Amino acid sequence: MDVLQLQKQFVDYRASLYHEGFLDEQFTQLQELQDENNPDFVVEVVSLFFEDSERLLNELTKALEQQSIDFKRVDAHVHQLKGSSSSIGAQRVQKVCIAFRNYCEEQNIEGCLKCLQQVKHEYSLVKTKFETMFQLEQQILTAGGSIPV
Amino acid sequence: MESCYCIEPQWPADELLMKYQYISDFFIALAYFSIPLELIYFVKKSAVFPYKWVLVQFGAFIVLCGATHLISLWTFTMHTRTVAVVMTTSKVLTAVVSCATALMLVHIIPDLLSVKTRELFLKNKAAELDREMGLIRTQEETGRHVRMLTHEIRSTLDRHTILRTTLVELGRTLALEECALWMPTRTGLELQLSYTLRQQNPVGYTVPIHLPVINQVFSSSRAVKISPNCPVARLRPAGKYMPGEVVAVRVPLLHLSNFQINAWPELSTKRYALMVLMLPSDSARQWHVHELELVEVVADQVAVALSHAAILEESTRARDLLMEQNVALDLARREAETAIRARNDFLAVMNHEMRTPMHAIIALSSLLQETELTPEQRLMVETILKSSNLLATLINDVLDLSRLEDGSLQLELGTFNLYAVFREVFNLIKPIASVKKLNVSLNLAPDLPEYAIGDEKRLMQTILNVVGNALKFSKEGSISVTAFVAKSESLRDPRAPEFFPVPSDNHFYLRVQVKDSGSGISPQDIPKLFTKFAQTQSTATRNSGGSGLGLAICKRFVNLMEGHIWIESEGLGKGCTAIFIVKLGIPERLNGPRLPFIPEVSTSHGPTAFPGLKVLVMDENGVSRMVTKGLLVHLGCDVTMVSSSDECLHVVSHEHKVVLVDVCVPGINGYEIAIRIHEKFTKRYERPLIVALTGNTDKVTKEKCMRVGMDGVILKPVSLDKMRSVLSDLLEQ
Repeated sequence: MDVLQLQKQFVDYRASLYHEGFLDEQFTQLQELQDENNPDFVVEVVSLFFEDSERLLNELTKALEQQSIDFKRVDAHVHQLKGSSSSIGAQRVQKVCIAFRNYCEEQNIEGCLKCLQQVKHEYSLVKTKFETMFQLEQQILTAGGSIPV
Repeated sequence: MESCYCIEPQWPADELLMKYQYISDFFIALAYFSIPLELIYFVKKSAVFPYKWVLVQFGAFIVLCGATHLISLWTFTMHTRTVAVVMTTSKVLTAVVSCATALMLVHIIPDLLSVKTRELFLKNKAAELDREMGLIRTQEETGRHVRMLTHEIRSTLDRHTILRTTLVELGRTLALEECALWMPTRTGLELQLSYTLRQQNPVGYTVPIHLPVINQVFSSSRAVKISPNCPVARLRPAGKYMPGEVVAVRVPLLHLSNFQINAWPELSTKRYALMVLMLPSDSARQWHVHELELVEVVADQVAVALSHAAILEESTRARDLLMEQNVALDLARREAETAIRARNDFLAVMNHEMRTPMHAIIALSSLLQETELTPEQRLMVETILKSSNLLATLINDVLDLSRLEDGSLQLELGTFNLYAVFREVFNLIKPIASVKKLNVSLNLAPDLPEYAIGDEKRLMQTILNVVGNALKFSKEGSISVTAFVAKSESLRDPRAPEFFPVPSDNHFYLRVQVKDSGSGISPQDIPKLFTKFAQTQSTATRNSGGSGLGLAICKRFVNLMEGHIWIESEGLGKGCTAIFIVKLGIPERLNGPRLPFIPEVSTSHGPTAFPGLKVLVMDENGVSRMVTKGLLVHLGCDVTMVSSSDECLHVVSHEHKVVLVDVCVPGINGYEIAIRIHEKFTKRYERPLIVALTGNTDKVTKEKCMRVGMDGVILKPVSLDKMRSVLSDLLEQ
């Protein structure tokens, strides 16, 4: 495939992510921060997000498996996750975190568990999406084109 | 021989006779011999003598006669035969010669006589030539005089000098006794004695112009001899003189316009002056032809010179007049400037003085409206408010107009949304239009640019005024407002030839047409529409209020925008169309069109908005920490990151200008950090600005932030623009 087609595919894909609510304006802001001084900024931040989120999800799973659940701790983790996802613009993850936090305040275990599942699901979805997008970007760059903004 | 003549006796009584005959013969012979000698002598003396032959013949004849007489001397006594023979021979010869001579003389004497007549003729001729030479010489002399005279006359442009010189020179040249010039008076009915040669002070004598002798002189261009007794010639004291001959000649006084020398005979000027010349009395001198000619020539020259002098006088007078007018105009201008300045000062003062009470009236009336009022009171207050609003508008209008007229009003140019202007006008008039049940339609051409550079406020004022007028004067029907970009043909209005729009790349001409179906305007009122304070006199307009300034102001605005405004109407009751064209600029950078789902990407101001600004970021969440750092780095800041409050307090120094603290992390007390920082840096200028990053912006959080001494609050997630604006606001303080 030639560069133009790749670029078009990339733009369409990215547009669909916004459309489906996976990403929001914050991600656009992130993209703006990427320039020639900081060429891999987005990738770096997203990678960090992945690391962080995985860690947090593990912690959350562990914390919710306990007999006596420390809701404060859970809340702290969820808060972190919420912060990270909102910083990156992962809208759906963030929404689930908000619901999650409510359940934590209510100390509703079932609700929390359900939310945890949801969060994991959303997280994996958005991770895949990000990875696909980065792949497309790589393809364009190898084909000699530039990433359309 | 029978007859014998010899008388024998010696010397008897007849001796005396013989003696006398003897002596006479002797003398005759002598004379006869001497005559030819004399002849020869004188002929030799004279150079020319054509008749030598005749002389020879005559000489011979005389000599022979002499010889004969000489020989007859010997015949008085007895003489020999030889003597008789000689005598006979000589007599014969004498006879021959004398006959020949006689014959010859017949031819010669007429010739000699004709020579004489020719001589007489030549003498006459010589006399005549002498006379003519004399004449030519005199003429030559008078010619010289004329030239000199002309030179004298033409060398000056002063009328008096010209005339005086003429008289003097003429008097000298022609040896006149008196020379006078009579000029026509202003009324043209009399001739007044203006200049004379001898009398230094002319008495101001006048003579009616219609005397026959004067008419005679004026009707001919030649010098005319007049009688010494006519009124113009009676200048000398009467006495026993035998007055000399008098000649008069007319001097045409040319109008300044016809100056053609060739057109002399056809001159239509009726004004002549009279020049009278008098020969000395008792001199028996006659006016010669050449003298008359001289006089005529001089008269012509004088006429020309006088015209020149008249032109000079005229132009000097005109120049003086102009100078006076200049001075007067200058004075008037300065007075006008003073008046304008005074008026402006007055207006400025009055404007302020008028506005202040107006403001009080309007403000208090509107406040009064808000209170409890009886219906009557409410009505009164509403009337007060309406009237004072009108008055305020009037004051504004008057001030605007006076500023416009001075040219001290300048357009405030800026980029604005053209469509928005029209929409706003439309929205403003819709309610009024619906009350009056009028249809209002707005048509904006598709090629009209969305943004334009111009004075938005004044353009809106103009459109509002025009549309408002349309509303005011329409009782029913519809009003349509059309706006489009004017192409060159529609730009030119034949009524305004001085309006030359020049389209260019940076500008376009906006043409707005407001058509209404109202009461219309009669054609003779149209020119008055744009004059200040002029209103058409129909009662409808009188009731609708307004100061009549609106259109005048609009015209000024439109002119400032290098445009043109006019109104067309077919007559009363047929509605009217107001059209104006203004020049607007095209902005260079237009904002891009909006895409459907990708959010708008705004252009950045540049990467380094805060170059080198040292910022300390405290955030536990790695991702958001990184994002914040990215934001700040993008803005050019020098970022240090810490993840705990202890670390933060450890690292913070007076080099950091801003500290960004995440306060929504439970467990970490961001607020405490602020308090600690305040404690650490007591002096205000050393202390960095503390900004809280928080996810909730409710009042409680904000109050708490302010209480602990934070300088600002930012809501997470932060956009680039938000960060930039907050930082710039903070740093400005």
